[in-house]
Amino acid sequence: MAKVIEGLRYSESHEYVRVEGNYGYVGITDYAQHALGNVVYVDMPEVDDEVTAGEEFGAVESVKAASDLISPVSGTVVEVNEALEDEPDLVNKDAFENWIIKVELSDASELDNLMDATAYSAYVEKL
Amino acid sequence: MENKRTCLYDKHEALGALIQPFGGFDMPIQYSTIVEEHNAVRHDCGVFDVSHMGEVLVGGKDAERFVNLIFTNDVTDMPEGKILYGMMCFPDGGVVDDLLVYKMTEGRFLLVINAANIDKDWAWIQQQAEGYDVVLDHLSDHYGQLAVQGPNAEVVMEEVLGIPCRELTFYTFKTLGDVIVSRTGYTGEDGFEIYAEPEYIRECWDRLIDSGRCKPCGLGCRDTLRFEVGLPLYGDELSADISPVMAGLSMFVKLDKPDFIGREALARQKAQGVSRKLVGIELNDKAIPRHGYTVLKDGQPIGEVTTGYHTISTDKSVCMALIDAGQATLGNEVEIQIRKKTFPGVVCKKKFYDKHYKK
Repeated sequence: MAKVIEGLRYSESHEYVRVEGNYGYVGITDYAQHALGNVVYVDMPEVDDEVTAGEEFGAVESVKAASDLISPVSGTVVEVNEALEDEPDLVNKDAFENWIIKVELSDASELDNLMDATAYSAYVEKL
Repeated sequence: MENKRTCLYDKHEALGALIQPFGGFDMPIQYSTIVEEHNAVRHDCGVFDVSHMGEVLVGGKDAERFVNLIFTNDVTDMPEGKILYGMMCFPDGGVVDDLLVYKMTEGRFLLVINAANIDKDWAWIQQQAEGYDVVLDHLSDHYGQLAVQGPNAEVVMEEVLGIPCRELTFYTFKTLGDVIVSRTGYTGEDGFEIYAEPEYIRECWDRLIDSGRCKPCGLGCRDTLRFEVGLPLYGDELSADISPVMAGLSMFVKLDKPDFIGREALARQKAQGVSRKLVGIELNDKAIPRHGYTVLKDGQPIGEVTTGYHTISTDKSVCMALIDAGQATLGNEVEIQIRKKTFPGVVCKKKFYDKHYKK
């Protein structure tokens, strides 16, 4: 059973955002890492890049295939998780601990468009 | 249309396999992880359900002449118990399918074809048979098939399944009643394939899994394994548009045998050269070139990736790609477009890991 954590916001394309103040840590969910299998590469944007809610900002590659990363929020990338450059499989080990980008949110109201843990659990249940 | 299921479908489900459509079948992609299964085959032993592969038996007075007509390799005077790899081609040299031909007895050949091509191949074979005294039997539903692969495959076959096979040399087979056992595979490792009726295949599968000496392996690692040793997959490296000469498989095209379908076109390609060639490309980055990505030279498109991975055995981002023949020289510096960026790569041999066959 895929792990879902309380307090995070979730998108239908299986990204999460953990909000701290005006910043959001964005990664893929446990469900997504499990569905992908062994993650061998994470294609990340660069610091200062702009991301837009609903738009692609990179990709997670498993052995088999590349999956686009869709940003759940809009804003400016202030940090990327450099540990994933050498150890992309950290995403498999703990998807929620190993976020991919830290975004300075430009529009916190976008968070209301995302699911909470209960809604996301129900969503993956049906897949 | 509903996908077909192999005779082991329930066993894959019971093992918790990830199941996805492939070649018209619902097939196990992985049971644990592709990496674990891949390494089991490289270093120990794994078993694949490859019952989706198709089989056509060609018999009758003209069997040898007919197989030679539709097959690029030469079955003339082939000994019983021998296997040849080759292609069936269209008149223009494009590939209908790549296949194995087993010489069962004098005048009887078993053709082993790709799952995705079964209907097309069967129609093609029947169409070409007009005027030949041959009997064609479509046996795809009759045979289940297992591939037992890896450096320990021989001892597992003998000790777990009780099938003596150490005397079999590479690309030969023997029959035990209705069971066919061959020293063949699609992994670059030593290994065997067993063709038999579903009941026996199920029994073998259970014994292999229960023994704990043979890991269940899905089509995910079958592709990473074959790719690393440069084996082609129909649909990626061979197709109606990609001839065996373009794919670098001329050694399986025997121009000196009696006439066969596609001979003229392939002879011309061999003599005059081809416009596109299949090459290997190695990147010095971790980004992964995937099927369909564009290959560039000085910013201009020169071809497409056919298969690419970050290899499990050698930890490198590499691909096979079909590119302009003029650019297909070893060491040529090219780029590959991966999403928004281009990555530099170098043309190399399309074999990224050495085969370990027991000949």
